[in-house]
Amino acid sequence: MAVMAEPVAAQVKRSSLWSRAFESRNFLGAMFMVPAIAILILFLAYPLALGFWLGMTDTKIGGVGRYIGFQNFVSLSKDSVFWLSVFNTIFYTVFASIVKFAIGLYLALLLNERLPFKSMLRAIVLLPFVVPTVLSAIAFWWIYDSQFSIISWVLIKAGLLTHYIDFLGDPWNARWSVVLANIWRGVPFVAITLLAGLQTISPSLYEAANLDGATNMQRFRHITLPMLSPIIAVVMTFSVLMTFTDFQLIYTITRGGPINATHLMATLSFQRAITGGNLGEGAAISNAMIPFLVAAILLSFFGLQRSRWQQGGRD
Amino acid sequence: MTTVDDQSVGMDYLESFPKKFLRVYLPLGLIVVFLLFPFYWMAVTTFKPDAEMYDYEKYNPFLIAHPTLEHIHKLFLETDYPQWMWNTVVVSVSSTFISLFASVCAAYAIERLRYKGSRYVGLAIFLGYLVPPSILFIPLAAIVFQLGLFDGNLALILTYPTFLIPFCTWLLMGYFRTIPYELEECALIDGATRLQILTKITLPLSLPGVISAGIFAFTLSWNEFIYALTFISSSENKTIPVGAITELVNGDVYHWGALMAAALTGSVPVVILYSFFVEYYVSAMTGAVKE
Repeated sequence: MAVMAEPVAAQVKRSSLWSRAFESRNFLGAMFMVPAIAILILFLAYPLALGFWLGMTDTKIGGVGRYIGFQNFVSLSKDSVFWLSVFNTIFYTVFASIVKFAIGLYLALLLNERLPFKSMLRAIVLLPFVVPTVLSAIAFWWIYDSQFSIISWVLIKAGLLTHYIDFLGDPWNARWSVVLANIWRGVPFVAITLLAGLQTISPSLYEAANLDGATNMQRFRHITLPMLSPIIAVVMTFSVLMTFTDFQLIYTITRGGPINATHLMATLSFQRAITGGNLGEGAAISNAMIPFLVAAILLSFFGLQRSRWQQGGRD
Repeated sequence: MTTVDDQSVGMDYLESFPKKFLRVYLPLGLIVVFLLFPFYWMAVTTFKPDAEMYDYEKYNPFLIAHPTLEHIHKLFLETDYPQWMWNTVVVSVSSTFISLFASVCAAYAIERLRYKGSRYVGLAIFLGYLVPPSILFIPLAAIVFQLGLFDGNLALILTYPTFLIPFCTWLLMGYFRTIPYELEECALIDGATRLQILTKITLPLSLPGVISAGIFAFTLSWNEFIYALTFISSSENKTIPVGAITELVNGDVYHWGALMAAALTGSVPVVILYSFFVEYYVSAMTGAVKE
């Protein structure tokens, strides 16, 4: 063994710097982070900053813009279409989120019952979430057709209507129509995640409540809701964020029409920036969404300091 | 990571069937019908000849009297649809693999190497998930243009990971956390390098997590719309969602049959993939939010 000792020692000495670097967790950690961080900096952090900048310029597609300060925001503040889109976005988010929550929670409670074919049911329920939004939105577009809407046909056959509903031609009809499509698409996500939350609640709590003679309503009010509230907050934050920044459904079903009645801030920003060529103005509209998003995130952060999820995965 | 298992509320066996029917089965049935109807309508329209599609007087719209493949035929042979499908596959598969590679490395470093500041980097990556594409697409369009990537698959392959990496990393961090530290420590003492530990111990053990991250990434990129709509202009480079919306509508003429056929056939691949791995999908989705 003495013969071996010499070369090994030499080897250790020679490669020590290199191998020590690879034994260092900080160095290795940094190396492992390179692919993810490089992509995220180049295509996420940098564009985010560039977006702020673009919002303060008058950049047109294919041209170089110059800094104009808050002029985009000043002109937007006098733009009635912009304010209409803000109203639509809030309307869309509030109504879709409330109904998604209500149906999602109800569906989760139903799926939490003892049921035959439970896992199949769960798989079916999640389908609207899995299928590409644009493709299912095309189906809604056809369902809302002014002449061949199946909804109108059924209602007329049932004797509840006398003429076809102009779902997408009338501003308020169009607003409710896109809200309905959004609810359809969002309910599965809410339901399945709340179902998972429900299943972490220990059955013994319900058994104890039963022995004490609690009614269904009391059990729901005093066990289910409090135990579920952290996950409700997480799910609804996600749901509100996704609804608020939605683009696909509106672009597919109405493109913002009729007469801008369903334009969300995202679709308006696309229209001004890409279709209209005013990148700067479009970026300013996108940037105007950020305060709302930050508010939604902060609300759930501070509302939920007890729960673990926002702590960066700390065990 | 918990899988969703059956832990129904006890004592419901005391309930009679008619009562349970009214309280559970009926509302559940109605909601399921509501959730499935658009798919049914998509399928019915796809296989219905034009004559029946626009004649509700003579034919019951819910049924197909003379099923036809004419719309699918038209879609596949008279449009660029096969090319869109190929583009979607190429983009989804490539961006999924890039994202998985980057996410596995990042999640392993954050969760297992625990380098200085890893916790903050982990949080920062998660925050990246909260940045919506509808805020990023305008500056990204400028960057894509500057890099000379405009109107090509590469523009999508490189930008999709921005929303895939945060999600996959977050999901994988949860999985890596479930693997006992002792296994890695033993391997370290036996002289294995970190890379060996990752590929021979951690990765095989967290395969379910990697698979669910992969399926998620794949369905999310198959689903993506706003980047593809913004960065791609020529018909032969489009993805299915964008192609269907922009190329199948000529002015005021909507080819409903072909549109529905595109919606249906564009959904089938993700639905098939999803149905094979539905348990992974569900547990990952619920787990990721619960973490």
